[in-house]
Amino acid sequence: MKSGFRVFVAAFIALGASWCGFVLAPALQLGAAKQTQILNSSEIYPLQRPGNAALGLQVYRSLGCAACHTTQVQQSGFACDVVLTSAGKNPEVVSNLVSTLKLTGLTKDEADSVAGKITAAGGKSETHIIATGSDIPRWGIRRSVAEDFLWDDPVQLGSIRVGPDLANIGLRYDAAWEFAHLYDPKSRVKDSVMPPFRFLFETKNGEVIPTEDAKNLVAYLLSLRADVPLYDAPFTPPSLTK
Amino acid sequence: MNENEHSEISGGASVPASRIDASCRVPLLALFGGAALWLIVGLLLALIASLTFHMPEKFGNCAWFTYGRLQPAANDAIVYGFCIPAALGVILWIFARLSETELFLPLVPIIAANIWHLGVFVGIVGILIGDSTGFQWLEFPRGGSVLLFAAFVLIAISAVATFGARRNRELQPAHWFLLAALFWFPWIYSTVNLFLVAWPVRGVAQAVIAWWFANNLLFIWFALVGLGIAFYFLPKFSGKSLPNYFALFAFWTLMLFGTWLGIPQGAPVPAWLPALSFVGSLLTILPLIAIAVVYGKTVCGANVQCKGGPFCYIKFGTVAFLLSSVLLLATGCSHFSRVVGFTWFTSAQTQLQIFGFFAIVICGAIYELLPRVMDFELPFPKFVRLQHWLFMLGVALLVVSLAVGGIKQGLNNFDFQTQLPFLRVSTMGILLLLLGSLLLAANIFVMTLKWKLALLKSLLTAVKAPLETAEVKS
Repeated sequence: MKSGFRVFVAAFIALGASWCGFVLAPALQLGAAKQTQILNSSEIYPLQRPGNAALGLQVYRSLGCAACHTTQVQQSGFACDVVLTSAGKNPEVVSNLVSTLKLTGLTKDEADSVAGKITAAGGKSETHIIATGSDIPRWGIRRSVAEDFLWDDPVQLGSIRVGPDLANIGLRYDAAWEFAHLYDPKSRVKDSVMPPFRFLFETKNGEVIPTEDAKNLVAYLLSLRADVPLYDAPFTPPSLTK
Repeated sequence: MNENEHSEISGGASVPASRIDASCRVPLLALFGGAALWLIVGLLLALIASLTFHMPEKFGNCAWFTYGRLQPAANDAIVYGFCIPAALGVILWIFARLSETELFLPLVPIIAANIWHLGVFVGIVGILIGDSTGFQWLEFPRGGSVLLFAAFVLIAISAVATFGARRNRELQPAHWFLLAALFWFPWIYSTVNLFLVAWPVRGVAQAVIAWWFANNLLFIWFALVGLGIAFYFLPKFSGKSLPNYFALFAFWTLMLFGTWLGIPQGAPVPAWLPALSFVGSLLTILPLIAIAVVYGKTVCGANVQCKGGPFCYIKFGTVAFLLSSVLLLATGCSHFSRVVGFTWFTSAQTQLQIFGFFAIVICGAIYELLPRVMDFELPFPKFVRLQHWLFMLGVALLVVSLAVGGIKQGLNNFDFQTQLPFLRVSTMGILLLLLGSLLLAANIFVMTLKWKLALLKSLLTAVKAPLETAEVKS
């Protein structure tokens, strides 16, 4: 290459292409995202976080919680369970059929074929979708999707799990537990290496009282719950599978 | 040291190498001095952050010392405080040497260096008091970022002006890489600041843009600058010529394919984004092969002993780059990322890129050019070899412990107790790097001090000299 201008053009083309792909396109596609409907329901998702939880997100950002915690659950795939809901007019035939079939941990095609056989025998069945993966069910029921972060600014996905994932921490603990854990993590989790956040509390007349920041942070943590089925991340709610 | 040994072939009217070097003196001291200081500050912060895992109880009373603030502050002090300004200094010198002219607008980089270091100071304090933006590698609050951007553009202007005045119009491989880097940083840095901080986009588009930036900074920008510097020095050290066509191929493919990396597999974003990143990882094997060939043809078979000197630094750095890139590409595959995703493994790769590759190449270049620029020998020449050993051992301890710890962490479902022994070893690695950085700072600061004393002496003699006998020298 003989001129600096050619180097400039080369760099411009290369960086410009990736800028269009990874900056412009996501900003247009995801930036225009709207709330979606919860699967099999008329409710929309997600609702904005309550005011104090939105303030709590700023405390989360300011303290750099994302340096140790992710808020994204991953799943490797999903499995289907076929559940017999009614044996129909020939219960014996259906129950004989069902006893010969594998009903859990099926792929979608297998589940369809099993459901077809049950219907042909006169019974009725439902197919339940269950997310699979090492994060499930301990940190979530389904994978995290773009919709879960629609209202957040800044989006705090995190990149390392020194501590547990927090995408659904609001489903696991209550406010009292959170306050106690922030003040003295070891009192709640024996081997915890989380540093205590005693500076989020003040002592008045011998009583330990959470500051506004602590209250907002806990409100944010309690608002972290991604527990509804969506078109991108379907699952059958546990209440229905029981 | 023979100061003309590195000067290019030139006509009768050319500027002597000693004058080119002298023209860079003050700007380079301003850039390197602050950079050396920030490296120490960054490693100290990293050390304190790492102590959290040894005794978490001690850090509960002060918000400034919470891990979530110390860790990003340490990362940014090292990347923005040390890596970038030190690299800019080396770029200015290489451009002046390749152009065979004195540095253009030398006052501009002096001012810019001070603006840059002020920006880093504002940024680090901002993070520690809780004003971080919350995006990894972009934590500096707005005030700091504006200063950094302005300072970078000013230094780039001086570098490009020097480049424009070059005597030999033919471009060298170092030119391509370093020019592209000067153009790259302002674009990516302004984009993220506009899209994430000034007028933030909605939802996970923020995360995508932040990943794009992190990849373009830590992989592409570091590679452009580090390899540009390596491709300048390696042929000079080894006495063999650089295979230009392979270098050109590496340059093009690195920029075309490498910029598509960075979106983690399984991220909560539309599936086409991680899929594109995966294709990018596959194609980035091409530039890596080309770079390995360039390295092999330039270095292997050269009968030159490096003896722990700058040649050793740059050889080690280039190999570390290849290794860290292989680790990066591996994390782009979904099978492997299922094990090491969200673990210390990613951190190990980044640390290898920052310390094993970039910092070591920059330190080697500084040790090579500083005696020429200052026109006297290093005050502690033995420190060069010692720092090389400290850095190699430090990088090895840090990277191997984090990588193995990360894989164990992934296999054990993120159980913290399995990570702990590895984190303790990694603290030792940081300690060794800190000792090494003290040696670098000792050389730079004692040299600066000597130069200032000499300046003062000559000033005094000039003042004391009787007016009648004073001569005016051109």
